[in-house]
Amino acid sequence: MSNNAPTIIVDSTPEAKAAFYAELQSFVGLEIGEPMPAPDEVNLPMIRHLVEAVGDRNPIYTDPELAARSIHGGIVAPPTMLQAWVMHGIDGPQRGGDGPYEKMNELLFSRGFTSVVGTNSEQTYKRYLRPGDRLTMRTVIDSISDEKTTGLGTGHFVSTRQDYYDADNELVGSMLFRIFRFQPKAKAPAAKPKPPRPRPATTHDNQWWFDELNDGRLCAQACAECGRVRFPTGPLCPSCHSRSYDKVEMPMSGTIHSFVVAHYPQVPSFDYPLPIVLVDIDPSTSHAGKPGNDKVRMIMNTADCPESALAVGARVRIEIRATDPDMKLPFAIIDATGATS
Amino acid sequence: MTSTLPDTRTFASVTVGDEIAPFELPLTRTLIVSTAIATRDYQVVHHDPSIAAERGSKDIIMNILTSNAFAGRYVTDWAGPNSFISSVKVRLGAPNYPGDTMTISGSVTATDDATRTVTIAVKGTNSLGDHMNATVEVVLP
Repeated sequence: MSNNAPTIIVDSTPEAKAAFYAELQSFVGLEIGEPMPAPDEVNLPMIRHLVEAVGDRNPIYTDPELAARSIHGGIVAPPTMLQAWVMHGIDGPQRGGDGPYEKMNELLFSRGFTSVVGTNSEQTYKRYLRPGDRLTMRTVIDSISDEKTTGLGTGHFVSTRQDYYDADNELVGSMLFRIFRFQPKAKAPAAKPKPPRPRPATTHDNQWWFDELNDGRLCAQACAECGRVRFPTGPLCPSCHSRSYDKVEMPMSGTIHSFVVAHYPQVPSFDYPLPIVLVDIDPSTSHAGKPGNDKVRMIMNTADCPESALAVGARVRIEIRATDPDMKLPFAIIDATGATS
Repeated sequence: MTSTLPDTRTFASVTVGDEIAPFELPLTRTLIVSTAIATRDYQVVHHDPSIAAERGSKDIIMNILTSNAFAGRYVTDWAGPNSFISSVKVRLGAPNYPGDTMTISGSVTATDDATRTVTIAVKGTNSLGDHMNATVEVVLP
């Protein structure tokens, strides 16, 4: 089978996993490349852009007179701007492809941990920066976690430590930056074909009813002795206890006695919301006047009608439809005229 | 130019448990883009909605440097100009999308007499949940 995605290595044995972990840990403590100089010295225009965008009115950032009277003795940059002075800018990182950071990433990619999200930024400041300061950043891989699973997926937390030095090579601030390098959780598989409906539990006492349905007839059961009509089907007449019965063909119409609309739990065979109606089937002509003939109720689903048409008392037409190649069931179709009994 | 420096809160006036008034930040598209660019962060997910969508994000999102900046601003707005922030530690959560509002709130969780340092827990929440949980240390006069 061809597949364009790179093969993901699966460390299926504890030994393989341990070897992978050990290889990962070998990167901890390594400096990821040459120290990176800030492209520009700390400067008022960049400070102004930032504090305007953030709406920060602290006068020590832009007002020379007030800043001079503060404990800072003059204009300083917002401390949280530390990272901004050494950002790559619009062209992005220019690092080569063979430093320790890239090699660590290749190792993580080889296990499928290709996605990334920043999780923690921890900055500490030795002093505030002033216009004219020129920074250099050094980055060290600080720690790599064992495999962790979060809401996003499974992967490894990777922490780097950025140390910022001034022109005198004095440390002015540090940042511990943690990312989660992960394999996203598998998305739900695309639209699988719906499984067929659950099968009815059939017995000697009801199999004939489904057989009749398969032949296109909606039936109830009547006592062959006293004529009482009953449904669901059963072995004995509740009135005279006779075991002999007749099949009674019922009209394909009725009235909604009650209904529910199922939302949950969802069974994959059905579409939701799923109306379930209890239908008072119109009395049979063959057993007119017999007890029970006007009390035949059946549970079924609806077809071809919006949920809004459901109403107690609504007239329905019943159709027998194939739900899959070897099963037919009755469905209620609500009368389009909206007539109620 | 204003002529007086705003007051700065004194270390002696602060008690553990003190609440800082919450601050509501409307997350406009302009805010998210202008702060990203002002921090030299040109990652497309911070300014280009169509590419952000292609990469699986609902929209552009605020960048981390800006979350840091707001944690810092929130504390210095409360502390005043003669304060010194010694650390800002942020744990990130739900992204800040345009059109939402981030409410920043905070309270004093510790004070250290020796260094006059006040520790403040800062929380930024949006309609999705916690955007950030930050710990900011500030030295007061």
